[in-house]
Amino acid sequence: MERKIRILLAKPGLDGHDRGIKVIANSFRDAGIETIYAGLRQTPETIVEAAIQEDVDAIGLSILSGAHMTLFPAVLKLLKERGADDILLFGGGIIPEEDIEELNKMGVGRLFTPGTPTSEIVEYVKSKIEKE
Amino acid sequence: MFDSKELKKLEKKQKKWEEKFKNSRLQQRKFITVSMEEVAPLYTPLDSKDRDFDEKIGFPGEYPYTRGVQTSMYRGRTWTMRQFSGMGSARQTNERYHYLLKHGQTGLSVAFDMPTLMGYDSDHVFSKGEVGLCGVAVDSLKDMEIIFDGIPLDKISTSMTINSPSNILLAMYIAVAEKQGVPQEILTGTTQNDILKEYIAQKEWIYPPAPSMRLIVDSIEYCTKHVPKWNTISISGYHIREAGATAAQELAFTLADGFAYVEAAIERGMDVDDFAPRLSFFFNAHLDFFEEIGKYRAARRIWARRMKEKYGAKNPKSMLMRFHTQTAGCSLTAQQPENNIVRTAFEALSGVLGGTQSLHTNSMDETYALPSEQAVKIALRTQQLIAYETGVVNTIDPLAGSYFVEAMTDRLEDEAEAYFDEIEKRGGVIQCIEDGYFQREIARAAYNYQKAIEKGDRVVVGVNEFVEEDEEIRIPLLKIDKQVEIDQCEMLEKLRKERDNDAVKRTLDNLRAVAEGDGNTVEAILECVRAYATEGEMCDVMREVWGEYTEKSII
Repeated sequence: MERKIRILLAKPGLDGHDRGIKVIANSFRDAGIETIYAGLRQTPETIVEAAIQEDVDAIGLSILSGAHMTLFPAVLKLLKERGADDILLFGGGIIPEEDIEELNKMGVGRLFTPGTPTSEIVEYVKSKIEKE
Repeated sequence: MFDSKELKKLEKKQKKWEEKFKNSRLQQRKFITVSMEEVAPLYTPLDSKDRDFDEKIGFPGEYPYTRGVQTSMYRGRTWTMRQFSGMGSARQTNERYHYLLKHGQTGLSVAFDMPTLMGYDSDHVFSKGEVGLCGVAVDSLKDMEIIFDGIPLDKISTSMTINSPSNILLAMYIAVAEKQGVPQEILTGTTQNDILKEYIAQKEWIYPPAPSMRLIVDSIEYCTKHVPKWNTISISGYHIREAGATAAQELAFTLADGFAYVEAAIERGMDVDDFAPRLSFFFNAHLDFFEEIGKYRAARRIWARRMKEKYGAKNPKSMLMRFHTQTAGCSLTAQQPENNIVRTAFEALSGVLGGTQSLHTNSMDETYALPSEQAVKIALRTQQLIAYETGVVNTIDPLAGSYFVEAMTDRLEDEAEAYFDEIEKRGGVIQCIEDGYFQREIARAAYNYQKAIEKGDRVVVGVNEFVEEDEEIRIPLLKIDKQVEIDQCEMLEKLRKERDNDAVKRTLDNLRAVAEGDGNTVEAILECVRAYATEGEMCDVMREVWGEYTEKSII
């Protein structure tokens, strides 16, 4: 039997703006993807730990506070250290184009800015995971 | 306004028109507001026939204040143009304030960074990567002295967007004023100080609801005695709306929060007329023009009626809902960002036609970063264009009497009243927060809205229609230097070495004793602030006494 795609969504750092991530969580679920929403104020450590424990295919982070250049690399580094860098790391928020390019170069997957249709995000995750 | 004979005639005519309308060319789609409410194609005197003028509309500056809180409204004074701003270091923020004042801004509004909002010092492990990013970093009185350097606090009013640590920032502001030789009795400004909407929507809390409510009543009590011109609280619908609420939910949940604060202060033993005149409000200006105007008008009317009839206010000032408005951040798009200038202008206009007392207009680049200087200037100019070129300020509440606007105002009032009943049935505002009721209602509305966009039921220009493929974004963005965090941590280390640490310990111990007992926390905090205790140190003392709040998951 084919295994369902499993993803972990979380808000790292201090930012509490969770409208977007809740909308995305609902969209993933409606698309038949097993979605765990870890909630607010997660540290990179708790996120990576949960991702490994829950055996997810992807981690999606939402950051609207501008701390993306610290938090994405921190999660990426921990994933590598734990030998779990096969897990796709993607995200969204208030992130300038320039920073998106830099994070992509480091190995972070796509980062979605306000106005992105949720279907595009769901399709992205599906295609990335199914390809592997 | 019409006699029965005339009404009969009108009814006949309207029936005829409705027939013609049904048979004319009609687009096969729903005509809905941004809150997904259907509206009729036409409103006529028949929609207004039961509306009593005195009871529902009346005159500006007169009960029930539907038409505005002042008698002369913008003929007396234009609204305060107050751009929310703060970033990086205290010095950088101070420079932005001087820039804004030079370009005609008439009041200040401080944005703090995430660690400050959450009560952590810049060198706390949770602050890593967040210092100075979405606002200015404040650790101690030192930072506040720099932020307001060269700004006379006896002449400028300042709004501070701060909630859980609100009393600390208020105390710092009072202490800066002291150093400028300005007595607290004459200070004007606002602390947001609205924790309930944090639990509901924006999620920047520290302590559980009970001690949080105590902190707020403490500030109301202190300011009533010592800072009588200060708006002790800005009861905010803005964040509730940004989290995805409909206009009716924004209106209802915000006012319900307001009633909860009034009840808490009355319970402390205060007279409603002593503190209610200093309660202020803060609403969102979203894109649906008439729905927004209806919302502001309904809000004033509901508040006045409740204050008078339920809480027994006798002073008319206690019945006035004075409010600040900010255009909707959530309506801005990353695509074709210049379009955001136009969106913001329409939204700002609804705030003005709704009778706002002050206004913030968003900048076009805010889906990417904090606004650049150029983008902020355009946003401020938008307000000046409305005030000085469009002529809308000439006449007070110019849309009153519009069959549509009055029907919209009544509809929103009815919807809000239904929510008040529901909240009461569910055990009140705090119970509803703990049960996740508001959070679920808002999340559902947000998801429905998003689905409507994706199904194409709602057009968003540049997003699901009129899309430009391979669009290149060419607007200059503001970047916060990483050096800010390093410098801020160094300054903090230096401060901790140089200050009188005995005085810090003594004042913090006193704060702990007050927090454990039932005295007023503001005076104890003021002592800590004067000794240059840091925000994180003060918040930690209260965390240890009261604990921290965690949210029950709703997903």
